[in-house]
Amino acid sequence: MAGATRVPTTITQGTTTKGGIGESTLRPDGTLKVTGEFAYSSDLWHEDMLWGCTLRSPYSHAEIRSVDVSEALKTPGVYSVMTHDDLPAETNFGLEIHDQPVLAKDRVRYHGEAVAIVAADHPETARRAAAKIRVEYAELPPVHDEMSATGPDAPVLHPGRDDHHAPHVAHPNIVHRQPIVRGDVAAARERADVVVRHDYEVGMQDQAFLGPESGLAVPAEDGGIDLYIATQWLHVDRDQLAPVLGLPADKVRLTLSGVGGAFGAREDMSMQAHACLLAMATGKPVKIVYNRYESFFGHVHRHPAKLTYEHGATRDGKLLYMTCRIVLDGGAYASSSPAVVGNAASLSVGPYVVDNVDIEALALYTNNPPCGAMRGFGAVQACFAYEAQMDRLAEELGMDPVELRQKNAMSQGALLPTGQQVDSPAPVSEILRRVKAMPMPPEKQWQSSDATRGGTDVDVRALPGGLSNTTHGEGVVRGVGYAVGIKNVGFSEGFDDYSTARVRLEVAGGEAVAMVHTAMAEVGQGGVTVHAQIARTELGVSGVTIHPADTQVGSAGSTSASRQTYMTGGAVKKSCEAVRERVLQLGRERFASHHPAWTGGGELLLEGGKVVTGSGEVVAALVDVLGDEVVEEELEFRHRPTEAFDLKTGQGFGHVQYSFAAHRAVVEVDTELGLVKVVELACAQDVGKALNPLSTVGQIQGGTTQGLGLAVMEEILVDPDGKVRNPSFTDYLIPTILDTPTIPVDVLELADEHAPYGLRGVGEAPTLSSTPAVVAAIRNATGLALKRVPVRPEHLTGTS
Amino acid sequence: MRVTFTVNGRRHEADDVWEGESLLYVLRERMGLPGSKNACEQGECGSCTVRLDGESVCACLVAAGQVEGRDVVTVEGLADQASRRATDGRGTTAADEQRWAPQPAADAGVPLSPVQQAFIDAGAVQCGFCTPGLLVAADELIEHNSRPSDGDIREALSGNLCRCTGYEKILDAVRLAAARTDQSEAQQGEAV
Repeated sequence: MAGATRVPTTITQGTTTKGGIGESTLRPDGTLKVTGEFAYSSDLWHEDMLWGCTLRSPYSHAEIRSVDVSEALKTPGVYSVMTHDDLPAETNFGLEIHDQPVLAKDRVRYHGEAVAIVAADHPETARRAAAKIRVEYAELPPVHDEMSATGPDAPVLHPGRDDHHAPHVAHPNIVHRQPIVRGDVAAARERADVVVRHDYEVGMQDQAFLGPESGLAVPAEDGGIDLYIATQWLHVDRDQLAPVLGLPADKVRLTLSGVGGAFGAREDMSMQAHACLLAMATGKPVKIVYNRYESFFGHVHRHPAKLTYEHGATRDGKLLYMTCRIVLDGGAYASSSPAVVGNAASLSVGPYVVDNVDIEALALYTNNPPCGAMRGFGAVQACFAYEAQMDRLAEELGMDPVELRQKNAMSQGALLPTGQQVDSPAPVSEILRRVKAMPMPPEKQWQSSDATRGGTDVDVRALPGGLSNTTHGEGVVRGVGYAVGIKNVGFSEGFDDYSTARVRLEVAGGEAVAMVHTAMAEVGQGGVTVHAQIARTELGVSGVTIHPADTQVGSAGSTSASRQTYMTGGAVKKSCEAVRERVLQLGRERFASHHPAWTGGGELLLEGGKVVTGSGEVVAALVDVLGDEVVEEELEFRHRPTEAFDLKTGQGFGHVQYSFAAHRAVVEVDTELGLVKVVELACAQDVGKALNPLSTVGQIQGGTTQGLGLAVMEEILVDPDGKVRNPSFTDYLIPTILDTPTIPVDVLELADEHAPYGLRGVGEAPTLSSTPAVVAAIRNATGLALKRVPVRPEHLTGTS
Repeated sequence: MRVTFTVNGRRHEADDVWEGESLLYVLRERMGLPGSKNACEQGECGSCTVRLDGESVCACLVAAGQVEGRDVVTVEGLADQASRRATDGRGTTAADEQRWAPQPAADAGVPLSPVQQAFIDAGAVQCGFCTPGLLVAADELIEHNSRPSDGDIREALSGNLCRCTGYEKILDAVRLAAARTDQSEAQQGEAV
């Protein structure tokens, strides 16, 4: 682990207790996950359980004339069929705007929208019954882009909007619009020696988590419901569910079951309400598991975007101004589109100092699939465009592209276009320097010394086309590209972002042990590992139990926005500190006469199961101090407050923290067939403090690979009539182990003094710069402009 | 219909199996073995990889009726299989599998197989949904090739999708498991 470490000096706990922060401790759920015993939401089973199934719209925009469920109901084994008319209470849900019907009423707005649900004793029976539901549709003209959404005859997709964004948008099919203006662009344009202006496009990416949407709803004797579910935020699911079920919140109890990845796709509800409604209607437990086809319709995707960027610079490469317009396709329902707009606008300039900006970002309502959260959240689309601009500008100026970036790189103290000052380390230039300094992978790695393979010295697995054996090096050219990005950490724009942790310390089996209970959704990121590490560090014990996450403890907020180690980690730390204070108070009350240190006023710590002085002298054993006492605290942790961006100027202290990553991509392109092999994708990232270095690097490598996917293969294809063309892993490709290169990682640890342990959110930043770095390398290899991702073979061969 | 076959050395019977049910469905929903995962159910992701008479297959693509009278090893049986392989000092055959005593790994306190332990140690597990399939595929690779090159590992695991890790730590894990297996086999060789 390279890099300067600057940890706030107040942290003295945890220097000797094993398994604390900074160590690569292993996952507590690792053994269960490698033996197949870990219970994912799709593995749940209950006596007398029914299976739920969803009937979805085949049209992207249609009026529902009638629904006839009589044949479906007659099917043997079917217990319940429900449509919009059967909903008992509130009919809509949504993360910010409740604009999405639980079951479509008289209109469907996207291909795959839920229309009816069935519960039966076998999943196939449920599927066959759903197929017998007769829905009469009358197709309506679809809204599929900005022109059709805001043109003079555009059908209004959500008439009568009363949400808080409605008053400030120019058209009801615009979900939210955020401008940012600063400085004087017109004057700066006059002074510019070089101007670069281009249009860019980002396709619709899918999170493609492997564990499908699933859960089990069990009706309870008290009239309430217990839902075992894979989600990113238990409490916000509960808060949307309770009104739909017509139950008070305390009767809707959620427990997190095993989550097979998330990446943003589990922020919105999928089958939660459907399973609960069927369980309440039948009085039986109901399980719903999507298959992969349905999963593509069951969650929101990354917003596809059209971006226009203009940069002006002086002859020596100083950026003078930037203008951009970012149009995000939000699809049929709002989901988290407003927050994605805020991110896209406020991070649109990238990690650069530009004094004069004119920025506009907006999200549309269309009849395309709903789009919302995905790793990178609005910053990914902008990063692809501004980094392409940097390369074009460098080319125009005859400058080295890394040098141009470094010349304009922000550092601590810089002002963002929103007027917010970056008040923690921003080592943008340094991570670029580091990633450039890494050794280059050797040329022609496919020239294998192993002559046994096919009688030649070529290992096709290392070439573009791979095992398809399309080239032995003919027509293959290498390219190198760089990119850097900026991502906000935590919920922004004035959101009351907090997390809760309950921590208990007691003696069990002759030793002091801690229990940590939060509602944090462990989706694979390793929060459970880190919580145990924090408890060991703060309480000086080795035995830490992680209680299953549920709604019996306060909200942990979402496992999103790279925020959980900061936020729920911060809450665990805070509650541990309160427990520690109470333990020391107990000691002072009980043992003051036994050792002068109790009353001496000096610092007392908990280390290795003992109370020790600052200089390491043992004062008492923790088991003796605790005795029969159970010390428990449940506290909330908040990051410092933020504020909304001004609706006209975009000014405001909108973000909590920033995260920076840089990539260098080395690619080889078969120019005849348009096939790309990414040879290496090196990353340098500042993480503030790596609480678990193994997991930190794992996050960076995983995020990097999702960026690679967007660069060269991943896109949900949607026809102009709103139909999804490739809802399967046969047709929607994600990187395999053969597509993914070596990913060397250089981690910096420059502490952010505002954050617990100085840490910085890790998960998203590497997803940003990976994509433009790969595309820059392909441009470098081919000389093509490549203004759209994913880059497809036909873009490289000129046959599109 | 009734289907009878051997899973992890134990004879299993399932009644009232509908003809369209896959081996994966029968394992997960009728035999209480949900370790094999249902990520795509179309043979693209490898999360349901099991050994069928020793061959790695996607359990979602095998009709349950096709397995009548045959031998299946799932992730739940990996530890036991590995411990037997280590004792015998050779690869596992279908005949070996038939001789297995029915003992679930966790209950019997069987240590994890080298590849299972390596996945934990190397940080190759994040959400873990792809892990069972990868473990079965990696176990087969190491059984046949105790010193795989990186290219061999990538080729052997190319049918198994992982969305979390970026595969680097999976490569680390397989290298580690192969090295440990190779070392322990070498030690056994010296002892003989």
